[in-house]
Amino acid sequence: MPSITTEDLFQQKIDSEIKIEPKDWMPEAYRKTNVRQISQHAHSEIVGMLPEGNWISRAPSLKRKAILLAKVQDEAGHGLYLYCAAETLGMSREEMINDLHSGKAKYSSIFNYPTLTWADMGAIGWLVDGAAILNQVMLCRTSYGPYARAMVRICKEESFHQRQGFESLLILSRGTPEQKAMCQDAINRWWWPSLMMFGPKDSESTNSDQSMKWKIKRKTNDELRQNFVDMCVEQIKILGMKLPDPSLKWNEKTGHYDFGEIDWNEFWNVVKGNGPCNKQRLDARKKAWNEGEWVRKAAAAYAEKKTGKQKAA
Amino acid sequence: MNFIRKYYYGDIPEDKAGEMSEASKELTKTDWPLWEIFIRSKQGLDHKHAGSLHAADAQMAIENARDVYTRRMEGVSIWVVESRYIHASNPEEAGSLYEPANDKVYRHPTFYDLPDEVNHM
Repeated sequence: MPSITTEDLFQQKIDSEIKIEPKDWMPEAYRKTNVRQISQHAHSEIVGMLPEGNWISRAPSLKRKAILLAKVQDEAGHGLYLYCAAETLGMSREEMINDLHSGKAKYSSIFNYPTLTWADMGAIGWLVDGAAILNQVMLCRTSYGPYARAMVRICKEESFHQRQGFESLLILSRGTPEQKAMCQDAINRWWWPSLMMFGPKDSESTNSDQSMKWKIKRKTNDELRQNFVDMCVEQIKILGMKLPDPSLKWNEKTGHYDFGEIDWNEFWNVVKGNGPCNKQRLDARKKAWNEGEWVRKAAAAYAEKKTGKQKAA
Repeated sequence: MNFIRKYYYGDIPEDKAGEMSEASKELTKTDWPLWEIFIRSKQGLDHKHAGSLHAADAQMAIENARDVYTRRMEGVSIWVVESRYIHASNPEEAGSLYEPANDKVYRHPTFYDLPDEVNHM
């Protein structure tokens, strides 16, 4: 009989739905995959503040401004929960920030698209946050404990993001002809990039899938994307708008909506840094980091001085 | 271990991520210390671990904890402890550490069979 390895024991834990905690033994590849995924998820939250930050000072009313501010503040919080979860795996915050700034670590490509009109705030809430929520609800049951706990916290807060977006579009969809046109235009521009958020097609890889086996992920990209399409087709009826895909059609056999082919060239192009706003987003992050340096130093110096005084006393 | 994986949202692999725009910087190890945050959600309840965050000192840790963990009135009191002061049991020793409790079923009320006439004991 072959002896049981630590790796087998680890898999047994995963199979019986026991969460993995920071100090537990884990395969190096499990650690690495989690560090990469969690840190990139954190970066997405942080960079995701930028396209919306653009509209805080341009919001059409005080109410909308307060809502947008609260949403952006949530995103900063979500980034922090996730950075901390990644840090439990042994990567320092500084390393993660460096990797983001150097281009080594990625963030969701959706944030490399520009926000051209106010309606984009609604479309982002409805579509982009809607797509993210599907992914995040699944991740609440991910096998790494700190990641799962961060996701539970995030999901509790995220639903307001999607609802405020849909409500905002609903108001535009019942407005003047110009407002209606603006609403449709935003949906047209955000629909396809939102579908790309779920990542490449499952058929890109025919081999066994380690992330599913380790229960880091529990649904495939295509499954989540299909859920999303089915959901949106129903919701857009309430808006009285159209999704920009002539191939959208109910499929009696599968019980799902068929949809058109995604432009994968565009997807990989944006991932590789050639999207409309990649440079602008990274530059904004680096600028914020560099201009905050004196604050970080001053706070550290102040803390040090205070400890010195306590010791002397 | 070798395996091929799929590429997931939020998980863009290094080999498909294009060129790095600049070399990674040397680390300067200037991260503020890490703090563990405990929140009392309601008067009368225990403080419960909520998560962690970085801050230069305790005062800042409390202020940051308010912004990060109590944006929706989740707390009425915050404790912060620098993470390096937390001592933890070793998961590898869990077996022997908790073994003494394994064979003491008589510590549970359900161990005792009493006649039905004895209500609510």
